[in-house]
This record gives sequence, C-alpha cells and structure tokens, in this order.
Amino acid sequence: MPIDYIPILAFLIFALMFAVGTIAMSSIVGTKKTTPEKMMPYECGVDPIGSARRRFPVKFFIIAVLFIIFDIEAVFLYPWAVIFKDLKVFGFIEMGIFILILFVGLIYAWKKGALEWE
Amino acid sequence: MTAFFFFPIAIVVLISASLVIFFRNPVHSALSLLLTFFSLAGLYILLNAQFVAAIQVIVYAGAIMVLFLFVIMLLNLDKVKKERERHPLQKAFGILIASLLLVVLGSVIASGILYGTKGIYTVEKVAAIGNTKAIAGLLFTDWILPFEITSILLLAAIVGAIVLSKKEL
Repeated sequence: MPIDYIPILAFLIFALMFAVGTIAMSSIVGTKKTTPEKMMPYECGVDPIGSARRRFPVKFFIIAVLFIIFDIEAVFLYPWAVIFKDLKVFGFIEMGIFILILFVGLIYAWKKGALEWE
Repeated sequence: MTAFFFFPIAIVVLISASLVIFFRNPVHSALSLLLTFFSLAGLYILLNAQFVAAIQVIVYAGAIMVLFLFVIMLLNLDKVKKERERHPLQKAFGILIASLLLVVLGSVIASGILYGTKGIYTVEKVAAIGNTKAIAGLLFTDWILPFEITSILLLAAIVGAIVLSKKEL
C-alpha cells in the first residue's frame, strides 16, 4: 500500500529540511569574514594540487561496471527469493544457470586481471 | 488521497527533468537526474508498484548514476567546453524539430486518451498477491528464456568493459 511509505517520505522531507536549514542558518547567523585559507577546498588539511576537474584513471571504470552487473544480478535474486519455495527444484536450476553464466564473467574478469589494482 | 501526493511528486519530476537539460554544469545535471530518479520511484509507489520503485532506486539511482558520473569523470570537461562550437543554424533547427514534435504529440493528445487492452493482472489482484510476488511468478515461469538471456547480456557487458578498458589482454 502506498500509505505504508509515508514514513519514508517524511524521512526524506526531514532530511531535506535539515540540510537546507543548517546551511540557511549558518549563512544568516554566522559571520562572513573570508580569508584565502578559508575559501580553499577542504582536503583534510592538505593543500589542494591542481583542479579536481581532471581525467580519472580508467581502472575505476572497470570496477564500476563490474559493480553495476553484479548489482543487477542481486536485483534478480530478490524476487527469486520471494517465490523460491513455490518454484522448488526448477527455480533452483534456473537461477543456477543464471548465476553460472555470470560466474563465467567473473572468472574472465579475474583471469584478465580486471580486479587487480595495478 | 493519491492526487494529494501525485501532483507534488509529478511537479518535482518535471522540474528536475527539465533542469537536467538546462543546467550548464554537467555535475549539476547529474544531481538533478538523481532527483528525477528518486521522485519517479515515488510515482511507482503511488501506482502500487513497490518492486519497480525499489529497482528504480537500486539500479537507476545507484548503478546507472555511477555510469553517468564516470562519463563526467573520464572526460576532460573543461577542455570540451572550450572546443564546443555552435552551428549558426543550430537554434533554428532546434525550434523547427521541437515544433514538429509538438504537432505530433498534440495531435495524439487531441485525439483522446488511448487505453491499451487490460491484462489479467489488475490493480486489485497485484495488491492482493504483492507486487514482487506477481513479477517473480511471471518472470521465473513464463518469461524464463528472456531472464536467462539477461545473464548473457550482462556477461557481454563484463567482457566488453574489460576489452575496452584493459591495455593488454
């Protein structure tokens, strides 16, 4: 029922109000004395080197794509788990084939060294 | 009751979806797209499609969004911005195509609301057995072949990503 999701909506609205509220309050109440140090991007105390808008190594991309694929696999597992008892052995075998095909992909990624952080 | 929630969410969807196009900064566009995904999940919940709403958040707002962010990160956008040239007729063609689209869509809307044929899974029936169970019951029995083919599609995505991004195979 959609009515069951009202707590989630309330939570999202509260989170939004809290975020907007704290930023608004700090700009209303706080003093605005800026120094060059204060206007620097916060990098845990280390001086930033160069712009953040630069190209990132492609190895991040492989990890992201692998994440997406196994994320979608997990999405398929969820409805399967809901009716697992009704499907009996048939459901076990069909999901076995599905996971096996994706497992081949995982083995391939592993053998090609896609999971290595070189 | 449904309308009370539908209209605010629909307005958020429309505004955030327009902002995806209108923002100049690609990171702002991506954040706006994220808001669109989340509010669409809200619309799915209003339609009693809780599973689809969960997928919308997990797959679209989670996984697909990562891909968009990676495109932004992998491209050197400051450089792209400088090199971008505008064709002199760009605006004229845009207006022409947009008005043609308006004519097509307008004529469809003016001809009356179109209803498709109703399936056996009515709103009441889906609500009784549960959205996730209704989808699962069909996906793992009648639509088993497309389901298994999905795994091959995902396998192709793994191989494609590795072949494209690895220096030496």
